[in-house]
Amino acid sequence: MHNENKKPTQLLELVTAITRGNIKVIDLTMTLDRKVPTIVLPPELGQSWPFRMEEISKYNEKGPATYWNNFSCGEHTGTHFDAPIHWISGKDLPNNSTDTIEPEKFIAHACVVDCCREAEKNPDYLLTIDDVCSWEKTYGKIPPRSWLLMRTDWSMKKTPEEYLNLDDEGAHTPGPHEELIPWLIDERDVIGFGCEDVGTDAGQASNFKTPMPCHHLMHGRGRFGLPALTNLDKLPAQGTVIITPPLKIRQGSGSPVRVLALIEE
Amino acid sequence: MTTPLSKPKRKDPTKRTRIPSLPPGKRSREAHGLTAMAAVGRFALQVCNECQKVQYPPRQICSNCLNDKLFWRDVNNGGKLLAETKLQHSNDTYFRDRIPWRLGIVIADAGPSIVAHLGEDCIRDQRVRMSLSIDRAGNAVITARPEKPTQLEEDDVQLREMAFNPKDRRVLIVDGKTELGLRIAENMVAAGARDVFVGSAEPWRSSSYLDKIKDLERTSIYSLDVTDTESVKELASMIGDKVEILVNNSYHLRMGGLVDKFDINTAHDEMEIHYHGLMRLAAFFGPIMKLRSADGPQGASAWLNVLSAYALINNPDLATYSASQAAALSLSQCLRSEMAAGGIRVLNAFTGPIEDEWQQIAPPPKLIPDTVAKRIIKGLQDGKEDIIIGAVAEEICARIAENAKEIERTIKL
Amino acid sequence: MDITRNKYDGIAVCAPVTIPYTRYSLKSSHWFCGQSIAALIKRAKIKKEAIDGFCISSFTLSPDSAVGLMQHLGTSPRWLDHIPMGGASGGVALRRAARAVQSGDAEIVACVGADTNHVDTFRNTIATFSQFANDAVYPYGSGGPNSSFAFLTDYYMREFGAKREDFGKLCIAQRENALPVKHAMMKKSLNMDDYINARTIADPIRLYDCVMPCAGAEGFLVMSIERAKFLKLPYTQILSTIERHNAFPDDPIQYRGGWAIDVDEFYEQAGLGPKDMDLVQLYDDYPVICFMQIEDLGFCDKGEASKFIKDKDLTTKGNFPLNTSGGQLSQGQAGAGGGFLGVVETIRQLTGEVLGYQVDNVQNGLVSCFGMINYDRGLCTSAAILSKGDL
Repeated sequence: MHNENKKPTQLLELVTAITRGNIKVIDLTMTLDRKVPTIVLPPELGQSWPFRMEEISKYNEKGPATYWNNFSCGEHTGTHFDAPIHWISGKDLPNNSTDTIEPEKFIAHACVVDCCREAEKNPDYLLTIDDVCSWEKTYGKIPPRSWLLMRTDWSMKKTPEEYLNLDDEGAHTPGPHEELIPWLIDERDVIGFGCEDVGTDAGQASNFKTPMPCHHLMHGRGRFGLPALTNLDKLPAQGTVIITPPLKIRQGSGSPVRVLALIEE
Repeated sequence: MTTPLSKPKRKDPTKRTRIPSLPPGKRSREAHGLTAMAAVGRFALQVCNECQKVQYPPRQICSNCLNDKLFWRDVNNGGKLLAETKLQHSNDTYFRDRIPWRLGIVIADAGPSIVAHLGEDCIRDQRVRMSLSIDRAGNAVITARPEKPTQLEEDDVQLREMAFNPKDRRVLIVDGKTELGLRIAENMVAAGARDVFVGSAEPWRSSSYLDKIKDLERTSIYSLDVTDTESVKELASMIGDKVEILVNNSYHLRMGGLVDKFDINTAHDEMEIHYHGLMRLAAFFGPIMKLRSADGPQGASAWLNVLSAYALINNPDLATYSASQAAALSLSQCLRSEMAAGGIRVLNAFTGPIEDEWQQIAPPPKLIPDTVAKRIIKGLQDGKEDIIIGAVAEEICARIAENAKEIERTIKL
Repeated sequence: MDITRNKYDGIAVCAPVTIPYTRYSLKSSHWFCGQSIAALIKRAKIKKEAIDGFCISSFTLSPDSAVGLMQHLGTSPRWLDHIPMGGASGGVALRRAARAVQSGDAEIVACVGADTNHVDTFRNTIATFSQFANDAVYPYGSGGPNSSFAFLTDYYMREFGAKREDFGKLCIAQRENALPVKHAMMKKSLNMDDYINARTIADPIRLYDCVMPCAGAEGFLVMSIERAKFLKLPYTQILSTIERHNAFPDDPIQYRGGWAIDVDEFYEQAGLGPKDMDLVQLYDDYPVICFMQIEDLGFCDKGEASKFIKDKDLTTKGNFPLNTSGGQLSQGQAGAGGGFLGVVETIRQLTGEVLGYQVDNVQNGLVSCFGMINYDRGLCTSAAILSKGDL
């Protein structure tokens, strides 16, 4: 099968560019620790485990030469990948879980829409079709099979309380307008939607006409979610490639993921 | 007259903390009958089934008629103080650290002469009331106080060794986000606790109870999540050397059975909070409390777990919850044994259903959290080991004692 | 049916020996027992094999009993008794050995009360004294006998109006008697101020009311008068003995001992009365118990001991020579040896083998023993009247 004479010049060029700094690698991942907030659901529902770590040994009587830990957490903890099977609307799709999604889908182009000012003014800010269209006027049309990443600088919140921003009516965090989602799928063929807060839907999205549209509609159409990203401020509006492979969990609905972004200097 | 306890001063950091020692702990099996009575606050002695003679010290054969049918029965706790002494010398380290130590010999209304630890206000030839208490080594002893309670009784330094009065002590309440946590905090403040530390997990979840705790005097809130080893470790490193009474009121109740409602995740959460949570608290608060039990009359003294009476028998409507409570109970027995070496007593409060959001559909009678809190504090003041709270819990204990197989087959919410 | 007890005719009690007391010793109780028996053999000029009966009392032989001791010492007696009665053991040993010889079960019985005292012996002994003590008194302050006697003293003083000065008189006289005894733990003469103002141990008990635990041993031989004469051993005869355990269990607190039950029979057997006693050895681990013995043994009525001793001189030159070698209050308490001290001192006085002062013109001596403070009171009492034997 292999053509031994053919050299992988494009890949070598990529590596060389990375080595030389012409292509920069940006880490879009939150550090996983016990303080990473997980999504808050009504307490009578099933709950996602928070990230917890217990030491197995640290060069001690439990393992003289080794340091290692056990950790536990829900699939949707920290910076994570939502697979289509995560939502009921995507449960019957082919290749809908972390072990069956085609691997080429884990490397894709990303567009970054900056909503910082809007989110700062209004924590319930919703990104609309108009907002995206006006963004396209400046930065160009979203290429097919791209991620749309919504930058809000929400990941810079200092405390879990501010990050989750809960009151007695639920969470107040920005997200996509329910009308934006079908438009992104049908008109722009996005691969998925990413953001900086704890879930891809807005905090109040369970009260929408279509509740949790980013989950319901995206996953229903085989698209992915990528919440709890950081460092989106370091990315250009267009031209980023992001690498997002979740752990290959059989029938996994998602997993914590180390998201790497490649940008050209 | 009892000298009022002087308000504890801040610790002199240049002074060495006294190493805990224990009173003599060797007891016969018969004598542990007293421990069983003391644990639940009864004043019971062996009574001969044949001739009704009350026996003391405990034994296996009636000293009157040689019958071997001796039963533990509640007897009149009154008596007259016949003679007394104030020891200025002792052969045991524990007492040497605490002399002078007051003792008396009491002729009990029930019959026998009883050597008892003596409250300061007892007067020779006058009437006293006796109680069975548990000493620092975890064994039953008899204490005598004046027949009529005196105002400063709770300040009696010697009797404080046998009970855990929160007065002037610093208390950690593990979970401030339940009503029970709030009520315990309120009642601790009312009982004169010097400082009340209250734990709060998941800071992003608001709690009206915690909001009320914020307004209590001498009370401060700390981040504490018993499911998080680092969190427990962090708090222990901050306030571990100040906690003198630890109230572990961790609480996570979810309805459901085993076969009919299989839910490992809920069971996991219950175990994380009730069982592993207790482990984590023990691992980080236990060692430092053990080192501080001799740190003056306000030294570290007690660890109290608030458990459900379903720790004693599984309620199928609360299958995994009951199991996690049983696990915690089992662990508390180990904790009792390990903490005993440091003079810290481990107490368990067993409650019936409590009036709260998670036990909404449990039928009455249900306990008001404030009642539970008051009983917990009374139990600490009395030095009980098992504090059985409410009619349901009492009935469960009685039915287990009577016929465990019967209650096993019929218990439900 | 009225059965008259047999007398102790034909029995000689002789060869008093004492292994000098030391505050602490590295030796074991086996050593003190062995030294005592060696001293007895030497004193009687007999072979080890001649002793065919042993009566041993010791708290610190554990894990051995008298049985293991026999193997230890290479002796093969045909009569062996181990009496666990502490302070009462001297009087009890005496009467048991006498009956053994009288009946022919043994020819020569060596009676020994011995104990060692390591630095932790006393604490270990009282910490594991008995089930009732472990369960119901040691965990209450761990005062040991001090706390029990504090109760008895407190009660006695209040009930009968005894004063500390009364106890002081007894302690001071005993100290006087102890002065020439070389191995006595306390040989400095005591005055009333010292006594009254000594440091408190367990109110109302102060330092000089207490005995000093120490190591040491006391022993004597019991044999027939014929044999004593043959061996040219000065001897005493037994006129009477009593023994009682757990007397008056219904007394709410101890203010009398088993002697009070048996006192009439005691003097009746001897054919003598209290006034006929030329010297008295009372068990004296605390002065209050001496007062009880003075009363219970008929020297005066209950509660009258204070008054009784007021016009008595208790020294060896006095009109009521009491504890003539200083008693345990001055010599120290050598464990079970303390239970033998009174018997051995009585033999010494009656046979002229004293270590200290000799009381003049003695014919009859009374010795009383008291032991085993268990829970709230002393349980064992014994007493004997010895008289000087004819050589």
